[in-house]
Amino acid sequence: MISLQKVSKRYDNGREALVNLNFELAPGEMVFLTGHSGAGKSTLLKLIMLIERPSAGQMLVCGQNIAHIPRSAIPYHRRQIGMVHQHHHLLFDRTVYDNVALPLLIAGFSPRDTGRRVRAALDKVGLLDKENLNPATLSGGEQQRVGIARAVVNKPQVLIADEPTGNLDPELSAEIMDLFDQFAQVGTTVLIATHDVGLIHRYDHRLLALHNGELIRDGYDREHL
Amino acid sequence: MNQPAPNVSKGATVARVTWRQRFDRWREHHRDVAVDSLRRLRATPLPTLMTLLVIAIALALPAGLFVLIKNVQTLSEGWDGNAQVSLYLTAKTSDAQGRALATQLAERVDVKRTAYISRERALEEFKEQSGLGDILQELGENPLPAVIVVYPAHDTLEQAQKLRDDLARKTEVDEAQLDAQWVQRLYALLALGERLVLALSIGLGLAVLLVIVNTIRLGIENRRDEIVIVKLVGATDAYVRRPFLYTGLWYGLGGSLIALLLIQALLLWLDGPVQAVADLYRSTFALAGLGLGTGLLTIVGSVLVGLLGAALAVRQHLRAIEPG
Repeated sequence: MISLQKVSKRYDNGREALVNLNFELAPGEMVFLTGHSGAGKSTLLKLIMLIERPSAGQMLVCGQNIAHIPRSAIPYHRRQIGMVHQHHHLLFDRTVYDNVALPLLIAGFSPRDTGRRVRAALDKVGLLDKENLNPATLSGGEQQRVGIARAVVNKPQVLIADEPTGNLDPELSAEIMDLFDQFAQVGTTVLIATHDVGLIHRYDHRLLALHNGELIRDGYDREHL
Repeated sequence: MNQPAPNVSKGATVARVTWRQRFDRWREHHRDVAVDSLRRLRATPLPTLMTLLVIAIALALPAGLFVLIKNVQTLSEGWDGNAQVSLYLTAKTSDAQGRALATQLAERVDVKRTAYISRERALEEFKEQSGLGDILQELGENPLPAVIVVYPAHDTLEQAQKLRDDLARKTEVDEAQLDAQWVQRLYALLALGERLVLALSIGLGLAVLLVIVNTIRLGIENRRDEIVIVKLVGATDAYVRRPFLYTGLWYGLGGSLIALLLIQALLLWLDGPVQAVADLYRSTFALAGLGLGTGLLTIVGSVLVGLLGAALAVRQHLRAIEPG
């Protein structure tokens, strides 16, 4: 579903953010991406979302080589990927429902389909009764779940989460991880970027570890983490 | 290294949307965005009203001046065709000589016809029209010269002017006067006025454009977070641009409508005094408004300037706002 071949990213200021990355994620696979801050986690997520372009290498997402697609094709690429942000990125001038409906509105779904899908997504994250509230009135954990509902409402083939449990207590983190697991069960590729070592130890998912932009670990081994 | 993922199912189904549905949604989206951008303008009534007034005044100035010039033009219309040259004959010229000259001049190709007014007729006419007959009686002697009125064959003022210069050289003629001279001067002034309106329109149109660019720029800045988010979930540039283009459209439309109201108010305000003046001159002149065509042109032009301003602002600032 996601395949990187010899991908490097060098910023204009000369900093090598990623060096010669090679890995492949299968459909339905759930993977942790870890590393210290500055190791290249964020850069990798930005490359997958095409917020940044790779300096070298090939990137296949959903069967398409995205390294050199034109700027005008980027929005359509992003519609195939659901992204959960650390800071939620919700809009506080509209309801929970409208926040979750945003990707469908942009993609041009009919109002009937939109209603059905939004409610299904909100039901999945357990917030069906809060659809008419403003997200500002919700707790941190609830806001995170609104963000997840928005990320999955379009039934993306790839779900990316950037520090999804960053500000949450272990119990809420477990709930969120459980949700991700359910998406993986139905075939969504889930990539979770986190530096929460405790979280990584609690689950036995495949682990990608970055260090100074290089992939130093790819597998199920948790030793010396 | 890469082990197969557990539980690989057939994969999530990608949502499919037909072209028909896509078009329907696109149309609905345009309607929603149009309504929403209008709602946003209404949510901040005071700044919106101030912007609209700036646009309206900038449009009303040249448009109002244009209306006034058009009115003066109608007032003077039809007079240039009736230009006539009055030849005041010298006192030495006899009545017979005068009549002979009038007949002779009527033969010229650049003259349509002539009319001879003898000294006696001139006196009679003057008595009738001025009501000063008694005083003239006192004078004993007729002070008025004989006049030949020459009607030029051609309509233009230039040709009438040439004719006047030509006839002024005749020995019998004391003075030749082109009666249309003031119309000529008025026309020159009106032409100047029209140029002025054009210059004013361009200058103030540019001002309107800059006002809209700046207003939309602020709007973009205020919605920076929203722009980043919609871009992250797959909004195209057109999608992001749309609300701002509609905002520009509303500013242009609203501004021009207020401008038309201002002009109408000005005309109403002037109508009373103008009627009073027209009555004094026994004229049937009435103030004309901007007219449907020019009114529509003002609206369309203003809407286009609004859209252009928004497009410029969006072009300049939207690309700079990217997630990351």
